[in-house]
Amino acid sequence: MAFLKLLARNQLALAGLIVMGLVVLLAVLTPILPLANPDVTNTPARFTPPFSEGALLGTDHLGRDLLSRLMWGTRLSLAVGFAAAFIAATIGAAIGIISGYYGGRTDNIIMRFVDVLMAFPYILLALAIVAALGPGLMNALIAVAAVNIPFFARNIRGITVGIAHKEFVDAARLAGLSDTKIILTEILPNVLPVIVIAMSTTVGWMILETAGLSFLGLGSQPPQADLGSMLGEARSALITNPHTSLVPGVMILIIVMAINLLGDGVRDALDPRLKSGALSRPLPATLVDRDRQPGDTADGTALLELSQLETQFHIGPRIYRAVGGVDLQIQPGECLGLIGESGSGKSVTALSIMGLVASPPGKITGGSVYYRGEELVGAPYELLRSLRGRKVAYIFQDPLATLHPLYTVGDQLIEAVRVHRRVPKHEARAHAIELLKSVRIPNAEDRVDNYPHEMSGGMRQRVGIAMALANDPDVIIADEPTTALDVTVQAQILTLLDDLRRDRGVAILFITHDFGVVAQLCDRVAVMYAGRIVEQGTTDDILAHPAHPYTRRLMACVPELGGGRRRLEAIPGLPPVVDKLPAGCAFADRCDKVRAACRQGNITLDEIGATRRVRCIAPEIEELPA
Amino acid sequence: MGRYILRRLLSAIPVLIGISIVVFVIMAMIPGDPATAILGSYATPENVAELNRDLGLDEPLVQRYFIWLGNLVQGDLGRSFNLNRPVLDEVLERFNATLILAGTAFILCSFLGIAAGVISAARQYGFADKAITFAVLLGISIPSFFLGMMMILIFAVNLRWFPVSGMWPIYGTRDIWALIDHLTMPALALAVVATGVIARLSRSAMLEVLRQDFIRTARAKGVHERGIIWRHALRAAMVSIIPVLGIQAGFVLSGAVYIERVFQWPGIGQMLVEAILRRDILLVQGGVVFVAACYVLFNIIVDVAQSLLDPRIKT
Repeated sequence: MAFLKLLARNQLALAGLIVMGLVVLLAVLTPILPLANPDVTNTPARFTPPFSEGALLGTDHLGRDLLSRLMWGTRLSLAVGFAAAFIAATIGAAIGIISGYYGGRTDNIIMRFVDVLMAFPYILLALAIVAALGPGLMNALIAVAAVNIPFFARNIRGITVGIAHKEFVDAARLAGLSDTKIILTEILPNVLPVIVIAMSTTVGWMILETAGLSFLGLGSQPPQADLGSMLGEARSALITNPHTSLVPGVMILIIVMAINLLGDGVRDALDPRLKSGALSRPLPATLVDRDRQPGDTADGTALLELSQLETQFHIGPRIYRAVGGVDLQIQPGECLGLIGESGSGKSVTALSIMGLVASPPGKITGGSVYYRGEELVGAPYELLRSLRGRKVAYIFQDPLATLHPLYTVGDQLIEAVRVHRRVPKHEARAHAIELLKSVRIPNAEDRVDNYPHEMSGGMRQRVGIAMALANDPDVIIADEPTTALDVTVQAQILTLLDDLRRDRGVAILFITHDFGVVAQLCDRVAVMYAGRIVEQGTTDDILAHPAHPYTRRLMACVPELGGGRRRLEAIPGLPPVVDKLPAGCAFADRCDKVRAACRQGNITLDEIGATRRVRCIAPEIEELPA
Repeated sequence: MGRYILRRLLSAIPVLIGISIVVFVIMAMIPGDPATAILGSYATPENVAELNRDLGLDEPLVQRYFIWLGNLVQGDLGRSFNLNRPVLDEVLERFNATLILAGTAFILCSFLGIAAGVISAARQYGFADKAITFAVLLGISIPSFFLGMMMILIFAVNLRWFPVSGMWPIYGTRDIWALIDHLTMPALALAVVATGVIARLSRSAMLEVLRQDFIRTARAKGVHERGIIWRHALRAAMVSIIPVLGIQAGFVLSGAVYIERVFQWPGIGQMLVEAILRRDILLVQGGVVFVAACYVLFNIIVDVAQSLLDPRIKT
């Protein structure tokens, strides 16, 4: 029923349904409507124009009433189209189910045969069948149905193969049911909806095809006329009396369009991706819709500064507050770690900086991002674009998905250079090879012509890093760059990043969920939970004296290598869903020190010591030990 | 690459044999005596006996198939008794005309369809997207033969921009301009439906690709939006568009039958319809086998194009 509701919400589909319903109703009622006999000729009254007395749509070349012929023709066309669809669906589904259910050699032989039939341009097959059987409406129907059987067979086979190995079918088989019984009671009910949908989307096609054969003179024979043969007969009078062509032609157009609208509606209603907005195109930059004044720059010297940044996802009636007011500063040459569990909003924070959050559904709803004091939130696209990759570069998590699969890594590096600098291609290529060498890729001269799929995960991530370095940026935002790699490769990549940072003086915002990685690389750490910073300070301080209970728990998740005296503890519970955050501290439900005050009001990020901040009313430590 | 093409060509052989069997079986379904059906009802008993001997029509079905296949492989498709000329000659001549028409329409629908789909996706929910979506719906709903007739009425009869029908002027030179003049309307009419289908598919393929991580990477690099759409997204979307182009080529070839009828284009579709109405069985048989084989070969070209485009396909 949810399906019908969805269908009804689609106005175009509803319009199609109504039009189609009307046409079918009229076709059914035709015999009892007060219409002239469609086959009575009256040559003196031939080619009466439409809207004449006694002939609403005029008459044809033999003086027959066009309205009456149209109604009877529509009736015939619909009947033939539906019949063809029904026959094709029934036989095709039977073949598909048998093929998919039995599998093995049966499947092989049937599907090879289906392949052969599908290798024909469909109309050739239909013409061959009509040629063999002779022209006539029944034969045209058989031809159109036969041509469409392979389509149904292949579709239904695919579905059946999926079902035939499900548990309930195995259970039925173990219970000793016969194959016939299993097919009829277990398989058929499950594929029936698919058959009906496939039929509903192809019936328009069948109507069009039979009309086409009739138009060619191979379908219905005079005096009987469907819409196609009406059009075929009218062709000779096209220039002198176009209304005789228009009447049946427009009718076919209306029918096919109504069915297409309906079919699109059915398809959309069944496609879950449409509801979630997963099929909408992300804009070049994240939408900005700030209801508050932009935040202030607290520190003019920072290279990159986030001030009260808020990013939300609007999906249907739900609003997910992925980033809820984040403040961060990155100084030149510094490495700042941003740490948190999955879903804590750390990646969205990182992507918001350069407007890379996919929108729709993402939206920056408040705060500011400053690059060297220049506001980036709401900045013109061209400014944002010119900074992307040139001043602020990104490294992403999974290098197989984040590199273009169809261009060589060389081409992708060359492009990274050339979008910002006008350099000749060979120069850019030489630079690309240099970049690959700088990230320690052996045989860079050969590797430059590799496609991403020809490289290992570690090599691909090196390419990702090389690409980020292409224009000597000031900041690299590394979004879990080592998460998808195995441990030894991970260590190599971290060493590489650390060396690059020291050699080039590039600042890094390093996003991770792993305190071990933070300890190795970062000067300072910000801990994020449910879209907010809960603790911030220098790495050494935080590692030695975590102040927020969440930080402490998160650190306890990291296994100790060799030692193993400490218990490896998981944090109980799950992070809150960010579309309904509780009042007060978001961690309250999972915290072992929770008290009543934790669930009230807004808990602020308070300073404890010069470089340390914590968002907790009962921190683990009140102030830093000297 | 050479080996890949060879492999694809070899794998087409079973399909071609399958096609020959299907056509042969369909034609064998003709009720009554095949020789009489081929020669028509005015055939003398001597003619019938001679044809039976020539085509081995007295033999059992399986042997008849192999005789026919043997002749087929040697390029002998038999003789059209209506036209009194070898079937192959007629088929080649007519197929040439169809190739010009369908080829032009195919190029048109590929370029227009992909362009419309890409623009539609790039401007999702904008005015251009809505306009294209509506045009596409209209395009895929209008029967091509009706569209062709309306085009004749408007552009040939009323506006007199193009000739009403035919492939060449009755008088005057047969140069490329005369051909283009005659080709424009039928090629457009033939391209419309396929353009709509390709536009739709290209749009959804583009939307699918634009969500992928590597597009975000390209954006993070600072690539212009134009480069994102046409260089990054389209290239990746082509992987799913190309197979559809192959399928649509079959639909264009099919649609040519109607369009040739409407515009009196002397192509193979027109030939087949006339042959069916005159019951010229050998001509139908030869025409169908020939066109189907060409389509199979065309699909190999599509596969090769696909493998050139996608380095991940093992060649």
